[in-house]
Amino acid sequence: MSEPLLQAINLQCERDGRELFRDLSFSILPATVTRVEGANGSGKTTLLRILAGLSNAWAGDLLWCGEQRARVRESFLRNVLYLGHRPGIKPLLSPLENLRALMAGRRPMGDKALTQALARTGLAGYEQVPCRHLSAGQQRRVALARLLVADEPLWLLDEVFTSIDASGVAAIENLLQERAAEGGAVVFTTHHNVQIAGTKRLVLTPGAVGYDD
Amino acid sequence: MMIKPLDQAVGSIDAMKAVFARDMKVAFRQRQDLLNPLLFFMMVVTLFPLGVSPEISFLQEAGAGILWVAALLSVLLSLDHLFRHDFDDGTLEQLVLQPQPLFLLVLAKTMAHWVLTGLPLVLLTPVLGVMVHLDGNSIAILCLTLLIGTPVLSLIGAIGAALTLGLRSAGVLLSLLIIPLYIPVLIFGTGTVAAAAEGAPVGAYLALLGAFLVLALTLAPFASAAALKVSLSNS
Repeated sequence: MSEPLLQAINLQCERDGRELFRDLSFSILPATVTRVEGANGSGKTTLLRILAGLSNAWAGDLLWCGEQRARVRESFLRNVLYLGHRPGIKPLLSPLENLRALMAGRRPMGDKALTQALARTGLAGYEQVPCRHLSAGQQRRVALARLLVADEPLWLLDEVFTSIDASGVAAIENLLQERAAEGGAVVFTTHHNVQIAGTKRLVLTPGAVGYDD
Repeated sequence: MMIKPLDQAVGSIDAMKAVFARDMKVAFRQRQDLLNPLLFFMMVVTLFPLGVSPEISFLQEAGAGILWVAALLSVLLSLDHLFRHDFDDGTLEQLVLQPQPLFLLVLAKTMAHWVLTGLPLVLLTPVLGVMVHLDGNSIAILCLTLLIGTPVLSLIGAIGAALTLGLRSAGVLLSLLIIPLYIPVLIFGTGTVAAAAEGAPVGAYLALLGAFLVLALTLAPFASAAALKVSLSNS
């Protein structure tokens, strides 16, 4: 059995005086897909933001490869990819420029590889069009193109299926499955009906938390 | 899938360059926003002679102060945009999650802000200086003080912009937070020109302004980075 990438021990989070979860413990192992489930407002996004390191409003322990995350912050940031509700796409820049800028701080790549990634997400021919002229789904596809060139072992994906059409959803399902097969770990939330074989479920219900292996 | 060792991460300088380049590119796609602070600067300076007094002696005396106040206010007006768009479209989250030290990336953003707002004001100052009848020497000193002073305004302003990011109507609070910190820069900026006009040595004034700049350069990015993390955490 391999070492967990990310380990949460007794996580607790309160938001606006309301407890979202407490005593939440789980491990994210390599080569797994984990789906965070729960009703609206149950804290799925908050949990992912906590795991990504964007939110400080939590108590408990978060271990990255067995060490306190705060102590290995740079290594953690280098090895985790987070995609949130807001796709991180500048409306004034073209898909190619956006992708180049997003990769520049992590793993600079040639335009050829980036163009190919965009083409695979169905954006061939749109590389030079400012993103504000693209539809919501197409903008999201620009953000998703990052997944095709990403080498981070852990992906945290918050509502990535939003405004993606059926064929796109199927493509992402495949991508996540391949990713797990290659040994990467994926944690995602969605309200879509997504079928990925071997998905673990992390269910957030107020007051009680279930983790189903 | 292997954990990537840190030495495979992009160096801080390269990451800063990328952040700077992206901000420049975005700004030049939105030229209207670039012109706003400049137009404001020009309007305030041109309206003063009309509204107060067109007399040459008054303008010579008050000119440097008018230009400094106008420059300060126009930087203040542009501050809200510094992080706002990035916050709204999610690029700020991605910036915070980059493996490089955040204060350096924030410094790159602040430098881009200065190049896009402060520097054009400095370049426009000689023209407006002639308009308010400043002599050549005063204009040169004024430009120099603005050249040292406007980066301080951007750096300090970035702290306020980062702190007020999560608020819906940040404008008033931003001004209230930042203006007191701008006052010393304004006093020494205009003081330098006044001293020069009287023929007094200006070295000490310029040194103090330079000290402000060094202080802001070394401390403000840390404060802005911390404030950004807090604002993002609460959003």
